[in-house]
Amino acid sequence: MDLSLSTRTEGGRTIVEVGGEIDVYTAPKLREQLVELVNEGQFHLIVDMEAVDFLDSTGLGVLVGGLKRVRAHEGSLQLVCTQERILKIFRITGLTKVFPIHPSVATAIEASD
Amino acid sequence: MAIVELRFSALPEHVRTARLVAAAVARRAGVAETVLDEVRLAVGEACSRAVGMHRSRADDDRPVTVTLDDGNGRFCIEVNDGVPQPALTEAGVAEGAGLVPDLSANGSGLDLIENEMGLAVILGLVDDLDVRAGAEGGVIRMSWPSGAKSAETVG
Repeated sequence: MDLSLSTRTEGGRTIVEVGGEIDVYTAPKLREQLVELVNEGQFHLIVDMEAVDFLDSTGLGVLVGGLKRVRAHEGSLQLVCTQERILKIFRITGLTKVFPIHPSVATAIEASD
Repeated sequence: MAIVELRFSALPEHVRTARLVAAAVARRAGVAETVLDEVRLAVGEACSRAVGMHRSRADDDRPVTVTLDDGNGRFCIEVNDGVPQPALTEAGVAEGAGLVPDLSANGSGLDLIENEMGLAVILGLVDDLDVRAGAEGGVIRMSWPSGAKSAETVG
């Protein structure tokens, strides 16, 4: 399965909905999307990963890159994820200390207010 | 004992194929369903790293080789990147020295995380892991218990 990406605005935040597989082949598409949003002046991002089937370290690297970019503009990048197999990768790598991870978009918006 | 060998050009689009083949062979070898996600992720990480090793070598057409072996009650995966490199020190590899990013620093740690997470993920996933480097290329060898199907059918 390929990567699917869509963006929308909700509660004053930009939601990036990601689906499919994020790996060494597809991660550049996600990187481009995050870079584009930051270049457009969107500095408070919520990446909804509920429809992600697979995530590897390349995808983690892209998310960390996105976090660095928004932080440079005093922005934020929050994640939405409840899938245990995806959460496990964040725990293994210690990235749960770096990213706020929420169970729903609504919770993420509430937390960033 | 059965061996499946997969060789592919070091291109990102082939890493998914390697993941799918490894997971299919692991399932057939009797690796527990609960472990298949780990197998898929670990082989993907090893192959992504191998592809990355070729990135700065445009003239290098040596393939990445993935060997899947279900002998001796273990399901073994060996990924050889085919890129000759200096040998790693054994003590460093055993302790994972330098392979796991340090998250204590808020800013500078992020640069490291962005670039070198693959081995950190493999270290976190796989108990039986061996990482070697040499003139024949870098090799990541991982194994998991196999034959879980027969254990599950008992009772």
